[in-house]
Amino acid sequence: MQATRDFSHYVKHLGSGLAHIDLAVEGVGCASCISKIERGLSAIPDVTLARVNLTDRRVALEWKEGALDPARFIDRLAELGYKAYPFEAVTAEAVEAENSRFLLRCLGVAAFATMNVMMLSIPVWSGNVSDMLPEQREFFHWISALIALPAAAYAGQPFFRSAFNALRTGNVNMDVPISIGVILALATSIVETIGHAEHAYFDAAIMLLTFLLIGRYLDQNMRRRTRAVAGNLAALKAETATKFVGPDEISVVPAAAVMAGDIVLLRPGERSAIDGTVVDGRSEIDQSLITGETLHAAVEPGSEVYAGSLNISGSLRIRVSAASEGTLLAEIQRLLDHAVQVRSRYVQLADRASRLYAPVVHATAFLTMIGWLIAGASVHNAIITAIAVLIITCPCALGLAIPTVQTVASGAMFRAGVLLNSGDAIERVAEVDRIIFDKTGTLTLPELDVVNAAAVPADVFDLAGRLALASHHPVAAALARAAGAKSPLPGITEQPGQGVRGILKGEEVRLGSPTFCKADDLANEILSRDPEASVVAFARGEKRYVFAVCQSLRPDARAVIAALRKRGVAVEIVSGDREPAVRAAAEMLQIPEWRAGVTPADKIARIEELKRQGFKVMMVGDGLNDAPSLAAAHVSMSPISAAHLSQATADLVFLGNRLAPVIAAVDHSRKALRLMRQNLYLAVGYNFLAVPIAILGFVTPLIAAAAMSGSSILVMLNALRARPVPQENL
Amino acid sequence: MEVIVFLVPLALLLGLFGLLGFLWSLKNGQYDDLEGAAWRAISDDDQTPAPRRVELRSESQP
Repeated sequence: MQATRDFSHYVKHLGSGLAHIDLAVEGVGCASCISKIERGLSAIPDVTLARVNLTDRRVALEWKEGALDPARFIDRLAELGYKAYPFEAVTAEAVEAENSRFLLRCLGVAAFATMNVMMLSIPVWSGNVSDMLPEQREFFHWISALIALPAAAYAGQPFFRSAFNALRTGNVNMDVPISIGVILALATSIVETIGHAEHAYFDAAIMLLTFLLIGRYLDQNMRRRTRAVAGNLAALKAETATKFVGPDEISVVPAAAVMAGDIVLLRPGERSAIDGTVVDGRSEIDQSLITGETLHAAVEPGSEVYAGSLNISGSLRIRVSAASEGTLLAEIQRLLDHAVQVRSRYVQLADRASRLYAPVVHATAFLTMIGWLIAGASVHNAIITAIAVLIITCPCALGLAIPTVQTVASGAMFRAGVLLNSGDAIERVAEVDRIIFDKTGTLTLPELDVVNAAAVPADVFDLAGRLALASHHPVAAALARAAGAKSPLPGITEQPGQGVRGILKGEEVRLGSPTFCKADDLANEILSRDPEASVVAFARGEKRYVFAVCQSLRPDARAVIAALRKRGVAVEIVSGDREPAVRAAAEMLQIPEWRAGVTPADKIARIEELKRQGFKVMMVGDGLNDAPSLAAAHVSMSPISAAHLSQATADLVFLGNRLAPVIAAVDHSRKALRLMRQNLYLAVGYNFLAVPIAILGFVTPLIAAAAMSGSSILVMLNALRARPVPQENL
Repeated sequence: MEVIVFLVPLALLLGLFGLLGFLWSLKNGQYDDLEGAAWRAISDDDQTPAPRRVELRSESQP
């Protein structure tokens, strides 16, 4: 079946005769996998490097350019038992990886500086109560300054930049008080050191940066890991297109390598990876992934075909209108642009906290200065005391309170099969009190399934499955998959539009339309019970069987809906599919509120209506038609099988055939939000204890350092509690 | 106590070497796959000592 596979799109030429390719590999999870894969690939002649990255589940390969075809690596990995596919990093992932590395560099510099400044500070602290000479202390202060100033200038960049950007747009975020605190602490320390004073706060400033960078780095690293997994899943879908390279010559190329204007061939049973216009051929296509409509649409030359459509009956030649990713119906594009613009800028918990916190802290510092002046202190002492207040209140713990919980919670969700696209999604999921489900591909499985397998004898089912392997028809493919058929029967002929037939042990076997198998009566009986099903008939000699095939509900859908209700979340279905299909699903799931035949614009209207009523709506959908409403909802979720665009728009993506990740997302998020609030209270409470000491002017660098590290560690430990969430058997 | 005048800078210099080492290892990609590194440390290489030596030789030749 694998004709020519052209992976040249993914090969990078390194110069000096070496070529490089990155493969995403499924199922790598242990030490033995590493050596198995690396040895297996290194054994291929001309391979100069084969290195597994276990964190990202990828293999980097380098070889001497020439005879070696990259497809060979994939075959070799398949022999070893791993599914692999070339991988191309999307820009977003490359940016995350670069950020991650930058934060680690900053963290390294800050940690080095903290350790060395501490080495100097501890003698100063102990010397202050014993017999340290002022000259020695000053020498130590100057060296501390020498270390802390350049280190803070470098390692503080993530905070200074973010604070500067916020201030420029007239906002305040947590980085503003952090930056002010750090800069003031350093500036005061220099002034004090020049003035031969006793106290300098270089240690507190640089330690603050170290703690905060730990939080930032962990957060970033979790996000990078999520992106890597999502990238691998996208690569392993192995979307290909059959492209015409000559008038009659075709080649199977990765979808990413198809350009606008190319002509591709779409055979029956294939899913289109591109958008385009039909130039030749007639067929029916299943657009359920795009519109939610399960009824097949007829296409002819001139019709538009969108990525994700499944071709049912005839071969089509399609002129590509745009490459694999950024294309879609104009209407959906317009709605999406609008929804993204309108999306009320959600203010993260951390930013809300800092909006309250920053003015209060700065006012307190100011009042402290005024108070000391009135009380008769010198201007110098009043300013120093005010700055001490700012240093002690510098939101170290506050800055860590939220990212640490986010990191731990997103790690836990990751293990439950939920990938986070945006970091603040956790807070928004926690607030959700109403979930709108799309039906097709969300409540139901994306693939067709045989629903009456139990009513057919097992040997017949197996035989029908093997027969079905000879057909390209999607319904037959579903039957073959459901029967787990591996070995096709020999000597089978296909009668286009009707079915397949062959001879087995002297008996004729047929699989196809009910008429073709003379089983109309059986088929009608099934269709009268379940008008939504597609039927495929099987005949062996005189015996007749009919299989009902339809998109079945996700196995745990009903339990999940019930569990959501128990959590006080209202559920409704809003689908683009026809009324009978939606009603059947709604009845089965016991969801009283449902809407059928809804256009993308009406979906948004429904969400807006619920928003006006004060509901926090989560949209769960997969189709291209859901993308605008995913963007319009308070928070959104998509299955991994969803259309590219929907997945990119959704805040969370869930893996697997089960719907349980929706519950996991809600549970983990609610717990995380509770812990975030707790952490904020802890951090603020700590300041309430420390601020009076600072106002009274008793803060020494030792107290500042102890307060800062104590509160930070407390907050981090509390964040670890976000990890376990009681599991519910669904 | 004058000894601290050069002992402290010496300590800092050693620390600086540590930092440079860290930055070098970061640049070298040693933190790209922490999970894999953990497993590699305990993986059993003894079965294939020969191919590894061949690899080294072929690398040093050109």
